[in-house]
Amino acid sequence: MGGYRHPVTHPTRIKPAPSTILAIVLGVGVPAAFVGIFFAWPVAAMVGRGLFVDGALDLSGFGDVLARPRTLRLIGRTIGQAALASVVCVVLGLPIAHVLYRLTFRGQRMLRALVVLPFVLPTVVVGVAFRTLLREGGLLGDLHLDGTFTAIVLALVFFNVAVVVRTVGTTWEGLDRRQEEAARVLGAGPVRVWLTVTLPRLAPAITAAASIVFLFCSTAFGVVLVLGGTKFGTIETEIYLLTTQFLDLRGASVLSVTQLLVVVLVLLVAARARGRRTAQRRVSSLQSRRAPRLGDVPTIVVTLLVAAFLALPIAALVLRSLQTADGWGLGNYVALGTTGSRNALVVPVWVALGNSLVIAVQATVIALVIGLAASLVISRRPRSVGLRRSLAGFDAVLMLPLGVSAVTVGFGFLITLNTPPFDLRSSPVLVPIAQALVALPLVVRTILPVLTGIDDRMRESASVLGSPPWRVLRDVDLAIVGRPVLAASGFAFAVALGEFGATSFLSRPDRPTLPVVIFRLIGLPGGDNFGMALAASVVLAAVTVAVIALVERLRVGTMGAF
Amino acid sequence: MTALSVDGVTVSFDGAPAVDDVTLSLEPGEVLGILGPSGSGKSTLLRSIAGLERLDAGSVSWHGEDITAVPVHKRGFALMFQDGQLFPHRTVAQNIAYPLRIAGTPSQARVTELLALVGLAGFGDRRVTDLSGGEQQRVALARSLAAEPRLLLLDEPLSSLDRELRERLAGDLRRILDETATTAIFVTHDQDEAFAVSDRVAVMVDGKLRQTGTPAEVWRRPASAEIARFLGYTTVLDGDAALVVRPRGGGPIALRPAAVVVTHDGPVAATVVRSTPAVDGWRVRLVVPGIGEVDGIASGQHPVTAGEYVTVRFDDDAIADLP
Repeated sequence: MGGYRHPVTHPTRIKPAPSTILAIVLGVGVPAAFVGIFFAWPVAAMVGRGLFVDGALDLSGFGDVLARPRTLRLIGRTIGQAALASVVCVVLGLPIAHVLYRLTFRGQRMLRALVVLPFVLPTVVVGVAFRTLLREGGLLGDLHLDGTFTAIVLALVFFNVAVVVRTVGTTWEGLDRRQEEAARVLGAGPVRVWLTVTLPRLAPAITAAASIVFLFCSTAFGVVLVLGGTKFGTIETEIYLLTTQFLDLRGASVLSVTQLLVVVLVLLVAARARGRRTAQRRVSSLQSRRAPRLGDVPTIVVTLLVAAFLALPIAALVLRSLQTADGWGLGNYVALGTTGSRNALVVPVWVALGNSLVIAVQATVIALVIGLAASLVISRRPRSVGLRRSLAGFDAVLMLPLGVSAVTVGFGFLITLNTPPFDLRSSPVLVPIAQALVALPLVVRTILPVLTGIDDRMRESASVLGSPPWRVLRDVDLAIVGRPVLAASGFAFAVALGEFGATSFLSRPDRPTLPVVIFRLIGLPGGDNFGMALAASVVLAAVTVAVIALVERLRVGTMGAF
Repeated sequence: MTALSVDGVTVSFDGAPAVDDVTLSLEPGEVLGILGPSGSGKSTLLRSIAGLERLDAGSVSWHGEDITAVPVHKRGFALMFQDGQLFPHRTVAQNIAYPLRIAGTPSQARVTELLALVGLAGFGDRRVTDLSGGEQQRVALARSLAAEPRLLLLDEPLSSLDRELRERLAGDLRRILDETATTAIFVTHDQDEAFAVSDRVAVMVDGKLRQTGTPAEVWRRPASAEIARFLGYTTVLDGDAALVVRPRGGGPIALRPAAVVVTHDGPVAATVVRSTPAVDGWRVRLVVPGIGEVDGIASGQHPVTAGEYVTVRFDDDAIADLP
């Protein structure tokens, strides 16, 4: 044995086939180019406006803008509002995650659907629903919350409690119950077990969820604009106002940069938390769930109360949409065929719905192609540490559109995509592209965990059995990811349908989407306009809910979990 | 005629060699067992032969033709993993038919035949996720055999199963490999398994092949004390101590516990240090004058206790010669 030693300097290597190289180039190149042209460039241009004056670096803009008392107040309120909403979401989300993911009882799926529902509702719809609920003469009008800080925080919680429930719940579902049981046997009381065994294992998921909620809240646009008007703005609505009302592009740009810094920071925290989470060994949910006991009553009560809180604005919206000047009826819905009182709209609402559907389909296709290609590449685990790091970086970049304000993106589009070869300002592709950007991180987060969960040896098995690389991709990766892809498309479609921030910048007056039309209608009250806005909101919500209900049937655990 | 030859293969991870200059060859129809403790590099060697690892040095040839640069899927081999790695989104029959479809020769009859071969007739339409561990491994074996691979590579195929099932499947595996006349390499850390399935075994320690031979050769004449210990020989003796066991002489020897048997009228006196009940009698630790402490056995009829004076005889079947 042994004997002649082969020269180590000339290792024999298996050369990757040209098709493999092509696949990698396409998988990295296409998503990178897309995110580069339609995200990084516009955002960079935005940033440039703030930092450079006549080609020279000039940071005085920051001093000017940030010294304004109004700006400071806005930044403080944005952060305070987001932090408060995040804390409330975590506090309410944990008991609900326990009830919906650790227990098992009849009606649980219905309850889960109800909790997830608000997250996918269009922001404008939620804004309108809360207005309906809280304004004078509304169901909760006596609380005088309309146009207050509390109303905005409530709406943010309404939206984001689902993020905590899903993210923490899917982790919790996979935790082995026997660890808690072992601690109990060793003499720890329930509180101690929760603090010393359960909480530490959930901590990464909680951190990840909280940071994502913070991100969503601090960049919230539609709901704040509808509920707070100009009185209770955030950085995001201020960017919108500075750009569209005061034409102060420099100020808007400085605020965008500030927001970007906060977002990057929060994303780093989230990425860290996600990285640590993978160390947990997951068990099947059959092993972790049990029937409710007496001790679960408090968490069940919290869950039911929150469920009522979530159902209330939706119920108020539907009820109010059926009220017309002449009493109950479908008048508001009939009016959707018109352009509203005082000719508020350019096209009838139904046409806007048609636009929305077409654009959302286009956005879904784009987000899916890009997201799938990117996920396939990111899910690879190359042996080289450097390559692994770059893939992790690529993953983080794809998450960025999630947090960077849609308004910044929309505005960035306007200032960059106006010169050849990308003179797309008046092109109809701009809106779907912007919506696809917003949906992209959700697509990646739904598909990627499933792909990374595939044992590499399964691909190797297929390979050894004679499958060329393209066939391994098709028979293993794509076959397993089929249902999640379907779920992700539904999710992306729902998100695109309700997208308002970027769309409000980019949609052409003659081709508005439904959210844009709703916002326009509540901006011009009087006549049937408010009733029409309500009816349109119900229609938009109904379409979204129908799509999500289909998606829920696929039972893909990773959907909506971060 | 040599089917497979592996020549000077070295594979390193982050600079540390996992497989270090390994050379071996395989005759057509032969089943080679690679035996080694965990972390010895045996799985990496198997993956290298399959084409799943980049070689830092060396070559792999099939019937004299260098296939080092041939990609995995064109080698015509099959690899079966410890946990089967069945495709969860396909049924049992679809899993087994997979390599047939790749080869462009789908055949329902062949699938039925393979199911019967591995003792799972009628299981074709089941979901693989509904199968027990042993059934999954049988399906994995059927899938590996489906396209009649030129070489079947088995990576600890029975290790994830419980003992009783493992022993039964080891027998089945040998029978199936014989019936299909498959050339195979079988990696395991369990010597019983290796000896039950293989024509020849190779012992691998720290990335190097230390000994190759028939199971009986390796069993009777381990190449070193280290290999002997890995094979379950608990005591290694040389010089005067070895002469106590074999008065006629013959160099260093290794003893399994079964080599030292407590009896009524054995030739050598001993003192019991410790005694533990076992299924078939007692495991004992003894002090034998001239040797020191050794492991031994006592039959169920003669319970022994610590401190007792006994006599022992030596059973040659459980004694190996060392070089």
